[in-house]
Amino acid sequence: MTPPSLGKDLLGLEKLTAEQIRLVLDTAEPFKEVSERAIKKVPTLRGKTIVNLFFEASTRTRISFEFAQKRLSADTVNISSTGSSVQKGETLVDTARNLEAMRIDMVVMRHPSSGAAKFLAERIRSNVINAGDGQHEHPTQGLLDLLTIRDNFDAIDGLKVCICGDILHSRVARSNIWGLLKLGAEVAVCGPQSLLPRGIEGLGVQVFHRIEQAIEWSDVLNILRLQLERMSAGYIPSLREYYRVFGVTMERLEAAPKDLLILHPGPMNRGVEIDSRVADGPHSVILSQVTNGVAVRMAILYLLAGGEPALAEAAKRTNREGAE
Amino acid sequence: MKPLLLKGGHIVDPSQGYDAVGDLLMAEGRIEALSKGLSAPDGADVLDVTGKVVAPGLVDIHVHLREPGREDAETVATGAHAAAAGGFTSICAMPNTDPVTDNQAAVGFIVKQGEAAEAARVYPIGAISIGQRGEHLAEFGELIHAGAVGVSDDGHPVVSSHLMRTALEYSLTFGIPVADHCEDPTLFEGGAMHEGLVSSRLGLKGIPAAAEEIMVARNIMLAELTGGHAHLLHMSTRGSVELIRRAKDRGINVTAEATPHHFTLTDDACEDYDTNAKMNPPLREQDDVAAVREGLKDGTLDAIATDHAPHHYETKERDFDDAPFGIVGLETALGLGLVELVEGGVLTLPELITRMSTAPARVYDLPAGSLARGAQADVVVFDAAARWTVDPQRFRSKSHNTPFAGRELAGKVEYTIVGGRLVF
Ligand SMILES: [Zn+2]
Ligand SMILES: [Zn+2]
Repeated sequence: MTPPSLGKDLLGLEKLTAEQIRLVLDTAEPFKEVSERAIKKVPTLRGKTIVNLFFEASTRTRISFEFAQKRLSADTVNISSTGSSVQKGETLVDTARNLEAMRIDMVVMRHPSSGAAKFLAERIRSNVINAGDGQHEHPTQGLLDLLTIRDNFDAIDGLKVCICGDILHSRVARSNIWGLLKLGAEVAVCGPQSLLPRGIEGLGVQVFHRIEQAIEWSDVLNILRLQLERMSAGYIPSLREYYRVFGVTMERLEAAPKDLLILHPGPMNRGVEIDSRVADGPHSVILSQVTNGVAVRMAILYLLAGGEPALAEAAKRTNREGAE
Repeated sequence: MKPLLLKGGHIVDPSQGYDAVGDLLMAEGRIEALSKGLSAPDGADVLDVTGKVVAPGLVDIHVHLREPGREDAETVATGAHAAAAGGFTSICAMPNTDPVTDNQAAVGFIVKQGEAAEAARVYPIGAISIGQRGEHLAEFGELIHAGAVGVSDDGHPVVSSHLMRTALEYSLTFGIPVADHCEDPTLFEGGAMHEGLVSSRLGLKGIPAAAEEIMVARNIMLAELTGGHAHLLHMSTRGSVELIRRAKDRGINVTAEATPHHFTLTDDACEDYDTNAKMNPPLREQDDVAAVREGLKDGTLDAIATDHAPHHYETKERDFDDAPFGIVGLETALGLGLVELVEGGVLTLPELITRMSTAPARVYDLPAGSLARGAQADVVVFDAAARWTVDPQRFRSKSHNTPFAGRELAGKVEYTIVGGRLVF
């Protein structure tokens, strides 16, 4: 049997198998350890050139990728460009051709249009990592969320995970849904219907319109950031009312039958989708998500660069987690 | 011009209920005779069309020819030749050109370019409003005097119900249809494809079926209010078909059309972000495709029209959100009709010819769609059984944006005849 690999690109979790997802998570384990060292650098990607191509502002994801790349000793170039929608369409084809001409090894791309990462991947030989395409997928975020959940439970299989908030416009939600379903979790979404995609039940997820029901049902809540412009676009009446109806508050959590693990991909709107006491409380793993983000991105860079899954095999032998 | 005799074809003329083997004689640009065993007059050209279908030339009442403005994507001439290659002898050109076809000079220009092309006849449709801005009525009288056969703001919906009402009322003087691209802009806003499970998965903003149906219902009500003739462009949903069926039962003056892509494809075609499957109205769901087919069968939908929308290749070579809406359709329409509808058991061959020739000609009162004695000698001859594979590089159209590349279709066009003269 050939060992699993990721293939050329990482575009989304929808097209990955459970085996490939586990490969990334297992490969990330030893990279967590690199980040703990005094000298946080390994020579794995020495001589590789990586372009971080961000057509949309993002501090967290870009910095997380940069740390991951530097810790693997890669040479990186950052390109940021935010333009009008016509310009961005034209530059994408031209950018692809330019990158191809420069013989770049890998491209990490964030783009405001769904499908943009696939578009680029089909046009260049370099590996493409989707750092978020429109409202489609954000696979590295999905993987780091999975890793964080796995750190806190024996297995993801059978867990009940509810994603709360603006599912309609969220690439994080879509990547989480695919990843969790593939690893055997039960998945639900919760939010006002105006922020839920039509036919979402068709993906095999439950729908809650009341946050109290979601809290009662769940083992894990992944609370999405509410983009403030959703209010001006008329999807919800006000942030105040959103907090009142959908906010994850201490009072609501205390009424739950069991302790919940709380994730948030950040940046948080405290007092909108999440109560500060919850964000800073004992069940929040929001900072572990940030730490795991670097390890997961190191694992992906390593695997796409042709790294041996053996590293992951070795990690498995340390036997952190074998039940999944 | 020499007389032309087509011998031994399978003649299908829904306007006279003719469906039999026979001969067709044309002279002086008109149909001279249709019967069995005609002999060739002196000096006539004779074509043996045994085994081929002979029908009134196809009529496409909805094409975008891009001239003036985007001649890199299509011109009146290339569009008229693409039409002829697809078996069409008459096409109606939408007015969303640049500048907009909203005055008699602009209409006259398209008429002149159409005549110079010497291919399919080109009938301009004028704008409903000046600049298609949805504010002030264009001068229908002058548009029609210059050669327009109807009015439409297609490319845009008529947002103002007041403007639509006034247009329908004013159209009564001229007896022309007012054709609307039915779309509620507030429900449509920013949409890229049909709203459903596929759009939810792909993370693309959806366009709900209701965005079309609300305007279909409005236009039906305004047609009833005014008595004007509302023509509903490119119907794509079950709800629309049902609204029109009820309106026709009640005798309201509406007609409607559907495109080959809406009776063939679903939103699954948008999978993998294929920008050649991005059109407006969007490809819908299986049940909508079934409803469109039922509508074509029972006549709720009068006509098949392509909404031929050429785009330069570079503009479709983009991410889905940024790509323009629309596909070319002139050179695949007959093939799709034959494979999907006739071979698919939806329509008989005469019914297909009705929907692609006789009925659309009636919508705009065009002198077409019939092989009756004295009619214009506009004829298509095709081999209904011949198979061919769609290769966009071989299109006569300047543009190649089609989701049907590589698809096997039926119906090879052998001859297209306009006014008794071979144009293909
Ligand atoms: Zn239209
Ligand atoms: Zn159109």
